[in-house]
Amino acid sequence: MMRRASLLPFALLAACDTVQSTTGNDGSQSELFTGLFWIFLAVTGIVYLVVIAFLLAAMFRRGGRRQDGLPDEGESRDGGLRKALAGWVGVTALILAGLTVASWIADRRLAQAAASPALDIEIVANQWWWEVRYLDHEPGRIIRTANELHLPVGVPVRITLRSNDVIHSFWVPNLAGKQDLVPGRVTDLTLRPLREGVYRGQCAEFCGLQHAHMALDVTVESAAAFAAWRQRQSRPAPPPTTPLARAGHDYVTSRECAACHNIAGTPASGQVAPDLTHFASRRSIGAGTFPMSRGHLYAWIADPQSAKPGNNMPYVGLEPDELHAIVAYLETLR
Amino acid sequence: MKPKKSPYDHDRDGHDLTGEALHARLARTWGREPGLLGWLSTVDHKEIGRRYLVTAFIFLTLGGILGLVIRAQLATPESGLIDPDRYNQIFTMHGTTMMFLFAVPVMDAMAVYLIPLMLGTRNIAFPRLNAFSYYVYLAGGTLLWVAFALDVGPDAGWFSYVPLAGPEFSPGKRVDVWAQMVTFTEVAALAVAVEITATILKQRAPGMTLARMPLFAWAMLVVSLMVIMSMPSVTLASGMLISDRLVGTQFFNSFENGDSLLWQHLFWFFGHPEVYIIFLPAAGFVSEIVQTFSRRPAFGYIALVLALVATGLLAFGLWVHHMFTTGLPRLGYAFYTAASMSVAIPTGIQIFCWIATIWDGRPKFDTPLLYVVGFVVTFVIGGMTGVMLASVPLDLQLHDTYFVVAHFHYVLIGGAVFPLLGAITYWFPKFTGRMMSEAAGRWTFWIVFLAFQLAFAPMHWSGIMGMPRRVYTYPEGLGWELTNLLSTVGAFLFAAGLLSFVANALVSMRRGKVAGPNPWDAPGLEWATSSPPPPYNFPHIPVVAGRTSLWDNRGHLPAMQGLRVDDRELVLTSVIDAVPDVREPSPVPTIWPLVAALALTTLFISSMFTPWAVVIGSVPVAAALIGWFWPKDAKVHPEPVID
Repeated sequence: MMRRASLLPFALLAACDTVQSTTGNDGSQSELFTGLFWIFLAVTGIVYLVVIAFLLAAMFRRGGRRQDGLPDEGESRDGGLRKALAGWVGVTALILAGLTVASWIADRRLAQAAASPALDIEIVANQWWWEVRYLDHEPGRIIRTANELHLPVGVPVRITLRSNDVIHSFWVPNLAGKQDLVPGRVTDLTLRPLREGVYRGQCAEFCGLQHAHMALDVTVESAAAFAAWRQRQSRPAPPPTTPLARAGHDYVTSRECAACHNIAGTPASGQVAPDLTHFASRRSIGAGTFPMSRGHLYAWIADPQSAKPGNNMPYVGLEPDELHAIVAYLETLR
Repeated sequence: MKPKKSPYDHDRDGHDLTGEALHARLARTWGREPGLLGWLSTVDHKEIGRRYLVTAFIFLTLGGILGLVIRAQLATPESGLIDPDRYNQIFTMHGTTMMFLFAVPVMDAMAVYLIPLMLGTRNIAFPRLNAFSYYVYLAGGTLLWVAFALDVGPDAGWFSYVPLAGPEFSPGKRVDVWAQMVTFTEVAALAVAVEITATILKQRAPGMTLARMPLFAWAMLVVSLMVIMSMPSVTLASGMLISDRLVGTQFFNSFENGDSLLWQHLFWFFGHPEVYIIFLPAAGFVSEIVQTFSRRPAFGYIALVLALVATGLLAFGLWVHHMFTTGLPRLGYAFYTAASMSVAIPTGIQIFCWIATIWDGRPKFDTPLLYVVGFVVTFVIGGMTGVMLASVPLDLQLHDTYFVVAHFHYVLIGGAVFPLLGAITYWFPKFTGRMMSEAAGRWTFWIVFLAFQLAFAPMHWSGIMGMPRRVYTYPEGLGWELTNLLSTVGAFLFAAGLLSFVANALVSMRRGKVAGPNPWDAPGLEWATSSPPPPYNFPHIPVVAGRTSLWDNRGHLPAMQGLRVDDRELVLTSVIDAVPDVREPSPVPTIWPLVAALALTTLFISSMFTPWAVVIGSVPVAAALIGWFWPKDAKVHPEPVID
């Protein structure tokens, strides 16, 4: 047990490097978490060691009890232990009170962070993907994307959370704690990224068959890079230039795909599936199921049901030339 | 034997009737018919308790196998061993089986067997209800597992959050099976709770005041009252879920002004006390074991009792800590943080008292006490992580991650299964008349203890490194590979340890050293009778003057005489001081509880297919209940004689 305790710091250090870790300290909220976690770990660790020390002492002590092993009603000899028990209760209560106050202070600071958001984002969860909207007063600056989040570093962001079907939970551990998305309710979360980098979020409330494949790519970048990204995202999809891509465009905008997907600037205007306007600029396919690559794109479009069984994208039965064309077109959606 | 003088002058135990003659008369009165019908008709709490125990261990085995399948799937990233549909059924079945079909019933099993013996009475209160509860439990568990075998196993988690578990997102019968299985276990658990409460309050041996009651009985009293308070909440919830699913009510449908969070409130108002319903009996085991093997009365008896009661009360005030991420008002959260943390105070008191008992005694580290040591070392870690999870900012990160999985396995396995294994080793000679092998027991302990740590300690890191629960697979490169592989290796070793425990029990049942009535030189009344006890438990009802009767009265335990031997009769005592009150007849064996359970099973299962089953199915249930409660001749029972 004690060996475990001493290993913990190293494990935590190692954990800091990953894109989905509670100890990343990459957001002001997760920084609060880490600080509080260390306080709790130190305090409870010490208490644990005290308990184990008492246990070991009790086990290896050879006390002055009667040799035949049968004491009389022991209560009369309990004086010292009774005092120790009273002390133990007092200390436990004080420690717990201290931890409660520490927790409360941290929680207040989390809540205060919600005061002045500079960016408003709305996320709507679906089985099993995230729809993301950047809100703005100017309708032209509202952008729609899916399964990705770009955030300017150092800016407090308020994310409004809704669900279209079941309960999900929005969680980017490097940046902040989780917040459920409950159908029929609107919840929100404020976070402030502290460091540029790429992170990964994942649904944290069991939401059905593909709960495991409901991730979200988060990019924290400089204000300039973010503004440029936002500018690109607000443009319609670029028209296809090669004949193959044009064939793909024709298929996508006139056949099954368009019933569900939206591609701004084309006739494809379905509203129930991820927006594909700048699809190829994302880092992953299928809400984090695969990294974005031509091979995975082929696999996904050819048979979405073996790529992510149970998801709502049907198997269409594409001919090989149609498949080539669609992939070629989708790769132009940057 | 005296000739009868009047119709009221029956044969009774006493100076005239003792020893072999008494045994023969009581055995005839309290025995049952041989053969299958007799076996199915029994109302002997020991037989029912044994069946409960064996059944619960079968469900533990089944649930454990599923746990291993989960671990096999998660051993490597992107594993294709099982598909998501099967995986979701498996983790749902694992949790449901362990919580509803193992953890609670196994504690019921121990209580049903032990409580009447510990209290010095001849049978449990409402013994027919006891038989009924077992059959209902068995039917519920069978329903769940048959459904799983038919690919209709529930797949919305053991907590069945709506709307995922509602009619729209879980069409088909899978969640119906879950909800009805819960109904079965509710009926069974409530029945046992009522029996245990009545037994404890009214059937204690003369002189066993509340303040002299064994600590396990105190634990079971608190637990039974908790069951009675908390089960209605899940009954309501599962009833609403079933009616949402089957008859189109909209309790949980937010689009029709229902509320999905209502389910979570109702479920956790039951679900959190449930954790203590599992833990407190184990705390009772620990108190009994520590006392016997430390050769000293439990230190701080009153503190231990108050801690049990305090835990039982606090358990109802902290269900919202399961809901910190749902977006409820933050101000309310502070209350639940404080309430959740405050549970550590009574738990800390108990831990202190147990260690203090060892400290001040002359501990003898036989296998049961080893399990207690393993329990303290493990459970306290679970307590510490519990304190962390009570904090809102920490929970917002750790909730629904593998950190929580680690936490509750430390609490439930460390806190309940370790004491249970110790308790079974401890009471095994009472159950079977033979000792479990001590050498094998020690080996088993070390395997179980160390493998447990290997399996579940790494899950803390998996969680801290951001791994959510209930995922059927995970990608490479997030730093979860090593910890998951370690957990899997540990889980298989842990299973091997449990297997060797069962093997030890099975072998020892036939070949173990023959145990006398009191092989451990323990102080409780259950050790005052032969091992295994006769159908009537005690030839004469013992009379109690302290907390450790067998230590206080070496060789001459005072006893009461005057209960009838030609009819089943118990002595009821007053609630607080256990002053003999009245003689009470105790029901004879009958097949009706089984018939009633079968009728109820038919009703419950067919109601998954049509609501009319509730109407039509209630007819056979009513018929069975009429048979069960058919009036008998009133008998006059004069007051008993205390000798």
